[in-house]
Order: sequence, then structure tokens, then C-alpha cells
Amino acid sequence: MIARAVLAAGLALAFSAATAPARAERLIVSVSNHRVTVTPNYSGEELVLFGSVEKDASTPSTRISYDLVVTVSGPRADMVTRRKERKFGIWVNTDYREFLKVPTYLALFSNRPFDDIASPEVARRQQLGLNNVLLTQRVGPDYADVVPNDAFRSAFVRLRSEHGLYREATSAVTFLTPTLFRTGIPLPAEVPIGTYDVEIKLFSEGALVTHTETAFEIVKVGFEQFVATSARQNGFTYGLATAFMALMTGWMASIVFRKD
Amino acid sequence: MQLFLPIADVPVNVFLILAMGAAVGFVSGMFGIGGGFLMTPLLIFVGITPAVAVASVASHIAASSFSGAISYWRRRAIDPALALVLLSGGIVGTALGVWTFTYLRTLGQLDLLIALSYVVLLTAVGGLMFWEGLRAIMRVRRGVAVPMRRSGAHGWIHGLPLKMRFKRSKIYLSVIPIVVVGLIIGFIGAVMGIGGGFILIPIMIYLLRVPTSTVIGTSMVLTLVTMVFATMLHAVTNHLVDAVLALILMVGGVTGAQFGARAGQRIRGEHLRLLLGLLILAVGIRFAIELVIKPDDLFTIREIGGAE
Repeated sequence: MIARAVLAAGLALAFSAATAPARAERLIVSVSNHRVTVTPNYSGEELVLFGSVEKDASTPSTRISYDLVVTVSGPRADMVTRRKERKFGIWVNTDYREFLKVPTYLALFSNRPFDDIASPEVARRQQLGLNNVLLTQRVGPDYADVVPNDAFRSAFVRLRSEHGLYREATSAVTFLTPTLFRTGIPLPAEVPIGTYDVEIKLFSEGALVTHTETAFEIVKVGFEQFVATSARQNGFTYGLATAFMALMTGWMASIVFRKD
Repeated sequence: MQLFLPIADVPVNVFLILAMGAAVGFVSGMFGIGGGFLMTPLLIFVGITPAVAVASVASHIAASSFSGAISYWRRRAIDPALALVLLSGGIVGTALGVWTFTYLRTLGQLDLLIALSYVVLLTAVGGLMFWEGLRAIMRVRRGVAVPMRRSGAHGWIHGLPLKMRFKRSKIYLSVIPIVVVGLIIGFIGAVMGIGGGFILIPIMIYLLRVPTSTVIGTSMVLTLVTMVFATMLHAVTNHLVDAVLALILMVGGVTGAQFGARAGQRIRGEHLRLLLGLLILAVGIRFAIELVIKPDDLFTIREIGGAE
């Protein structure tokens, strides 16, 4: 691992003269906790991601300021968004769109507005901002993302944002020194369990300089999680247990409150 | 105290749910009904999805009807033969109901069906009960003796074949209407998350002419078995039964029911029916308003299976 990193660094150094000096920086990052446990009374938490930009000899001395974009994406799932319309005087679900393998949690953080960091073209290619993130929809037989102002797409992003599950904050990343940065990753109470990928992209003068990745995991523990898992995996036993619990409660009540 | 509901996937206040269970239990004890038609809407109004509400309330009703059925059994107020015939229809109806529930859920029309059936059923039954109670009170005011509706006149129902003698209820009746009634109640119960007692009891009294001595106990047996069966089916097919939610409701419900039963004994029968009619009507109208006014948000999101 270390050997490979050294080799990579060496190669980068060797080629830096010939190629563009885009690999001259290295990102070193860490999250405050790689395994978040959600307990029954969990009401949200904030992780902290911190890191630094390591310069080396080949870094152009003219490069003084950096921009940073952090993308946190939770486990992916298929979701359907439905729209209500008025029919015969009542509001009925009519049209719908399926969103395929979209992140259940998505957060984008940067140190300043995405427009200032890069050109619209780069922003789209690097998926900067909720408007530029790829959200694949099934459109008839095709799979494609649509324009950001599509009614279903914007409703989807808005609803997820209302639950704190999708968010973007263009002032969340703070540079403590010109090369040392940190950002908070808020995780609301309804946060889905699974593996979360964190991608950190470093920009300078509108171009991507380097990027790195890390991850953390959210696990639920305790009785609630046990109940949820058994409901999904052993439906029959779970149903039997629930029905039995109902009968026991009813029976207990008839003993406790027996009048005759 | 906040508690995270594992299946409903929302944090709720335990005391709020407990209080709701107790309040509904009080009402159900007072009127001698299961209270599912109040519990399910209340859960929907506090933000639990209709699907989870319906599935979880089924187990709540199973608990309350079991404690009721035990006390009726002790008083020999249950007709086992009648209960069995009702159940043969009830089980099939429940299975059909859960199947319909699952199918509509994939179409995204389940919430609409639940809301619509509440509007139709509750406004109709509530309106009838209210009207009936009002007339009874007026008759009492005018001093007219209320005739007991057990005349010897036989309706078309009594001309049907496959007759059977139900000893404890002292009736001689075709099994066809009984099975059909069981089927309908089972179906409605599974789809709407109600025991169906508030529809079943009037049908049994007025249509099947079951004597009042066995009617409540026997209907409770049907409710009990169909709801246990519905709990099982909802758990196996849709994984929507929230046991934690159900337990809180049960504890609140059975406690509230005891105080409700005592309060109910102090109110006159026709007033009771008037009140119950008003209550049912109010819930029905609340659902109707929800359907007619423009929703705050026209869009909804639901996860479809997908990767965990």
C-alpha cells in the first residue's frame, strides 16, 4: 500500500514536467467517525470531515487559492415519484417517474458557490451541485437524466431536501489555513443505513486538480433494527410473533380488568 | 419521549401514540366496537403512511377483540356454529383484501383506495346511525313506545337454501348470506384496517336477525380471527406490520377500553348511537376534505424495493 503510494508519487513527479502540472497536489482526508451507530433515540448527528492539501515541489508557485467540493452519497435505491392531478373533483396519483439507483442520501458541500468554482461545462461534467448530479430516470424504454428544471426531478430533489436527505451548502467547507480544510456532514434522524461514499474534489482556477475518496458506514443497532430486519427477512415468523403478542396483550387485559 | 418506529420508519412520541390508543380504546369500550375506523385515520393524520397504519392496526384490533371475546365466552354469549360459518367467508375475504391491498400498492393507488373507502363507508354508516339515533330520541320525546324489531315477517333472506340451525342464537337460517357477510367484512377489514364491527353488528341484527344476546360476542370472534389472519398476511406479503407501534397501541387501547365501557353504561342507548354516528360521520368527512382540497404537495416519493 505504502510502496504503491510512493511509486505513484514518484511516477507523478517523473511525469509532472512533461504533462500538465495537474497532479502536483495530494489530498489527505479523514472523517471523524467511520462507523456511525444509530440507536433508537438517535435524533441526528454531524460527522466532521477534515483534510489538507499537500503541495510538493512541482506545484506552481502562482497557485495560491483552492476550491473544494465534497460529495457524500448514501446507499443507492430505486424510487418512484408520483404526481397528483385533479380527476372527478378529487386528487389522484396519475403520472409517475422511476428514478433508478439514485442515492438515498446526497450532500454536496463547497467553500463557495459552484458557479464561482468552475464553468458550467466543468460543473456539469464533475456533477457539482444538485442540479448537475446524475439522477437516472426511466423514460419509456430509455434510461437518462433530464434537464434540472424537469418537474419530476425538481420535485424529487425538493422532497428529499425537505427531509434533510438531499442538501447542498456552498459555504460549508471552511479553509482553516490556505491548505487545511474541514466540513460538517449532517446526518438527520431518518438517515438510511449502509455505506456512504465521500468524494473530495480539489479545484483551482476553474479546473479539477485532484480528487480522493473515503467512506463511512451507518449501522442501526438495538431492538428497532432487530425488528426491522426480522420483519423483512422472516415475514412469517414475525407475523406469528406479532399475532401472538396481540393475543397475549388481549388475554392479560382480560385478566387484569376482570370484573366477575 | 421520542421512539423510532422500525417499520413505519418515523420517529414518534410514545406518549402521543399511547394517548391515541387510550382515547380510541375509551371510545371503543364505550360503544362496544373495535375502533379500527378511528385508529387507522388517526395514525394517518399524525404522519404514518396509510399502508403501515392499516397493517399495524390489524394486530391492535386482534388484541382488543381477543380480550373482549374472552369475557363474552365466559358469559356464553358466543354462538360457535354461527362464528364458524362467518369465518369461512371471513378468511377468504381477508385473503382477497390483502391481495387487493398489495396489488394497488404496486400501482400507487393504495392511499387513494383507503381514503375513498373511508369516505364512502363512514359517511354512509355514520349518517344512517346518526339519523336512526335522532329518530329514536324524537320518538322517546313524543312518548311513542319503540317497537322491538323482531317481527315474524321473513325477508327474502329466509327463503334461501342450505338452511342450518344455530342453537345458541335460536335461529334457523341459510348459510349463504352469512358466508357472504363474512366475506365482505373480511375484505373491507383487510383493506381498510378496521375490524368491521360497526358494520357487522347492524347487519347481523337487522338482516340476519341474530339476537342481541350473541351478536357482539360472535362478531368479536370474526373480528379476532380475520385480524390475526390479516396481521399474518400483511407481515408475510408486504412487511408492513410495525410491532412496536402495534404494542403501544394495544397497551393504550385495552386500558382505555375499560374506562370507556364504564362510561358507556351511564349513557342511554339512543344517545350512544347518535354520538357514535356523529363520530363516524366526522371521520368520513375529514377524509373527504383531504381528497377534495388541493394537497400541499402534488408529488410523493416512495422507495421501490431497491438496494439496501
